[in-house]
Amino acid sequence: MTNSWTDIGVSDCILIMGSNTAENHPVAMKWVLRAQEKGGKIISVDPRFTRTSAKADIYVPMRSGGDIAFLGGMIKYLLDKDLIFKDYVVNYTNAPFIVSEKYGFKDGLFSGYNPEKRAYDKATWVFERDEKGIPKKDMTLQHPGCVYQLLKKHYARYDLDTVSSITGTPRADLMKVYETFGATGKPDRAGTMLYAMGWTQHTTGTQIIRAGSMIQLLLGNIGMAGGGVNALRGESNVQGITDHALLFHILPGYLPNVNAALENLEKYNATTPKTSDSMSVNWWGNRPKYIASLLKSFYGENAAKENDLGFGWLPKLDVGQNASWLFMFDEMFNGKFSGFLCMGMNPACSSPNSNKTRQALAKLDWMVDIDLFENETSSFWKGPGMDPKKVKTEVFLLPAASSVEKEGSVSDSARTGQWRNKASDPPGDSQADGQIVHDLYMKIKDLYAKEGGAFPDPILKLKWDYAKDGKVDWHAVAKEINGCFTEDIAEHPVDKKAYKKGTQVPNFVFLLADGRTSCGNWLYSGSYTEAGNMMARRDKTPIPTANIFPRWGWAWPLNRRIIYNRASVDLNGKPWDPKRAVIQWDGSKWVGDVPDNAVPPMGLPNGRYPFIMKPDGVASFFGPGLADGPFPEHYEPLECPIEKNPLSSQRINPATPIFKGELDKFTTCDPKFPFIATTYRLTEHWQTGLMTRYQPWLVEAEPQMFVELSMELAKLRGIKNGDRVTLSSPRGKMWAKAMVTNRIKPFHVAGQTVHLVGMTWHYGWMVPKDGGDSANILTPSIGDANTLIPEYKVFQVNVTKEEKPKVEKKPEPKAEAKPAPKAEAKPEPKPEVKPAPKAETKK
Amino acid sequence: MAEGKSFFVDTTKCTACRGCQVACKQWNQRAAEKTYSQGSHQNPPDLSFNTWKLVRFSEVPGEKVNYYFFPDQCRHCVSPPCKEVAEGKAKGAILQDEKTGAVIFNPKMKIKPEDFKEIRESCPYNIPRISGAGIMAKCTMCSDRIKEGMLPACVKACPTGTMNFGERKAILEMANKRLAEAKGVYKNAILTDPNDIRAIYLLVDDPKKYHKFAVAENTIGITRKVALKRILKPLKEFQWLG
Repeated sequence: MTNSWTDIGVSDCILIMGSNTAENHPVAMKWVLRAQEKGGKIISVDPRFTRTSAKADIYVPMRSGGDIAFLGGMIKYLLDKDLIFKDYVVNYTNAPFIVSEKYGFKDGLFSGYNPEKRAYDKATWVFERDEKGIPKKDMTLQHPGCVYQLLKKHYARYDLDTVSSITGTPRADLMKVYETFGATGKPDRAGTMLYAMGWTQHTTGTQIIRAGSMIQLLLGNIGMAGGGVNALRGESNVQGITDHALLFHILPGYLPNVNAALENLEKYNATTPKTSDSMSVNWWGNRPKYIASLLKSFYGENAAKENDLGFGWLPKLDVGQNASWLFMFDEMFNGKFSGFLCMGMNPACSSPNSNKTRQALAKLDWMVDIDLFENETSSFWKGPGMDPKKVKTEVFLLPAASSVEKEGSVSDSARTGQWRNKASDPPGDSQADGQIVHDLYMKIKDLYAKEGGAFPDPILKLKWDYAKDGKVDWHAVAKEINGCFTEDIAEHPVDKKAYKKGTQVPNFVFLLADGRTSCGNWLYSGSYTEAGNMMARRDKTPIPTANIFPRWGWAWPLNRRIIYNRASVDLNGKPWDPKRAVIQWDGSKWVGDVPDNAVPPMGLPNGRYPFIMKPDGVASFFGPGLADGPFPEHYEPLECPIEKNPLSSQRINPATPIFKGELDKFTTCDPKFPFIATTYRLTEHWQTGLMTRYQPWLVEAEPQMFVELSMELAKLRGIKNGDRVTLSSPRGKMWAKAMVTNRIKPFHVAGQTVHLVGMTWHYGWMVPKDGGDSANILTPSIGDANTLIPEYKVFQVNVTKEEKPKVEKKPEPKAEAKPAPKAEAKPEPKPEVKPAPKAETKK
Repeated sequence: MAEGKSFFVDTTKCTACRGCQVACKQWNQRAAEKTYSQGSHQNPPDLSFNTWKLVRFSEVPGEKVNYYFFPDQCRHCVSPPCKEVAEGKAKGAILQDEKTGAVIFNPKMKIKPEDFKEIRESCPYNIPRISGAGIMAKCTMCSDRIKEGMLPACVKACPTGTMNFGERKAILEMANKRLAEAKGVYKNAILTDPNDIRAIYLLVDDPKKYHKFAVAENTIGITRKVALKRILKPLKEFQWLG
């Protein structure tokens, strides 16, 4: 999230698209409703009318996969009607930059495409630069090669009729959304976008988010209170785990991962982003400090100048290697690796194309599964279609502690780290994940020490001093992440003060590139300082002019609650919207939120551009960094109901890798699978349901796999509400209960009527017994061209009435009469733990 | 009687997350029912001996989709007709707390099926339910929590501000204020029977579109009938509340 949860409450217009906030972020929905109570408008764009749509002022339906067309249409609308915030666009974005004449776009392809590799050579996606290397600009935006004009040209094709024909959204509905959200382009209006997996889980996911961001830039909504582009993360700590480098392509703090061509630290540092423009802060220019401090954190005293701070011990990717989820499971399926340590996830249900995933697990020699409960992954060998006698995989299941059974920090979507205390000890032999990792490391280290090995140094030289008497001290880990001085410093270059070895660094500004500081993650530097654990703070005092709470927990970077906040002021540092000022320049310094760098606003002497993380200092409409083009372009999903992309000859994203294994079956426009399917989550269950399918009260509320379908489709297929139906895709088959609803309606797409069905992926074959299986039995193994996040949100299926439906024992008429022995025996049910009364008297 | 307590249920803020439904079961330790997906997200399908709070999902047919949520529960009538009926059939089976106004089914009393039928039919909101053993059950207003200065479990769990609870006077003020605000947006906004009950709902459309028993069929009739006999004595039977 660029902004914070609480900040949503002051927005004038909330576009909820690719998110079902009410159902998947039910607590956060209160901020959306507070905004509405003050007169803010809620817009819900979704293939289905959801519990979020039920609260929206405007609901419009959109075919799943039509997002870029929908948003591209809005870009065109804003440009055509000139609803944009021009001062912002001219000064704070690359709209005036002149693009190289060699750049081109034709019939769905950008210049530099190589069809064999399904990849682009991005050499032509560059700006014209002057002799100093600074991009050439036309501040009048008239130059035909400037980004603004190219943007206009690119989206000229996205007229209302074309967009309506792609998305199935009626023209009038499109206009209603464009008009309402477009009204936030005035300086004193702010609109926000809330998105989640509905935007990301497409073959064009990254570009959908870019398209949303571009609209927010056109309207000047980035950096503003009540504005921003806000990713509602799907797990309580998924922000934290991403920051700490869950993914293969990064090291902690979004430092790029190391590949085999980068043999030493010097070569790695040579890839540091540079700028020739003295007005650009180019914060990433500090990267050498962060990698040096990270290496010191990894290897401690063993990291020295002589050994390149231990850079050579880092594990390295092959050049060009993609080690993301889909590739990993493809390799596993092809028998390329023998062991798998699976922690806190249930890929047998969560991974696309479950049959392929489950069979891939059978190719392993061993698997260690660390989870709260036995699950479909640890039990895959006895699952449907498996013959346990033929599965060679040896499975170990280690019991983990749940989130309330351990201490530590959790980072929410708003980048805020909040410290949690342990509520109770984990039962039995269960342990915190971190403790399991510690024990495992100590054992592996012992083995390497005793037996040696091919390359023992990365293990043996690791600094690992977080445990006392074998128990990990979570505060020691948090302090490590914040960072400390590893030598006495007589006069620090930043503030000329002296710092003692072993003291915590105040924040990342104090990190050094020469090995005198250590820091486990530069972004979190400042979270646990000499002043204590900032993440444990619980002060509810807001800043005077905005609904943000700087002393509640701690947000990266530097406790900034709204990032890019120097774009919320004019060139002289005066807030565009004084009623909702995030920051302002008082003549000598910034007041309000922690500014996006302390330098003066760009219009004043020594002033700097506002977007400090971009080498050019401004936000990008033309974004040359992505795999699939500098502008978002609509492509159809891998599987779709129409033969031709109405916008070009490229039906699907030309830069998306395609898997060609025996179980990677895809089809499109196949009458055997005529309906669009999409998947989603519910309030009542959690992810693959492992923590909720064992909970009787939640299973009672959502007991079984269902498929939501329109009344029209039900009629077409002779399906009645509550019938058992068969769902099939080229990859699998499963049953579900029909939920026939008025909340889904057929779409009119490219001149034909298209039906869409929706289902959840919360269920699995183990629990409850008659709950059904995961929708991922049906989903394809394909992902976004940039992130490879699977395209869970759109694929093709068939739906038919089950021929011989299994007879379900009807709920006994006396179900309600069945006494709950516990409840009845004790007329006055005393809860096991009675909360202290005073804790709840205030509300 | 003192003014007592009341709920205000602002359905304009209800997202049907069912936090209230589950929190009720958790605090009151009610067993889960065996349910099936039967074509609606509403589950269990109805209130029961074990389900005292149920979020009802209502899809209103028509061109424009209306999807209404109604967190159903006992309304704790100011003058409860169920209690009135029980007085004649099974004295002591239904009690009313003097301080809060909570209407409480005595879990120690067994009720004959024919008496229960009459008690249930007397309820304009179709709330009373019974176990096979003849014990009646429904929302207790979380009297055991209120006594400790805590909010009812459903109110505590509600993330959006739909469920509110407090002194009746303050709740009525809150309800009327929200009604006035809501009327600016929805011309059909109403409060359900605010003078007669202690769980007052703000609705923005025809109550029937939310739930058959959202409002009393004939509120005036009931209040008149009950008003005749409306002599509420302090109740001593409340020791069992502990």
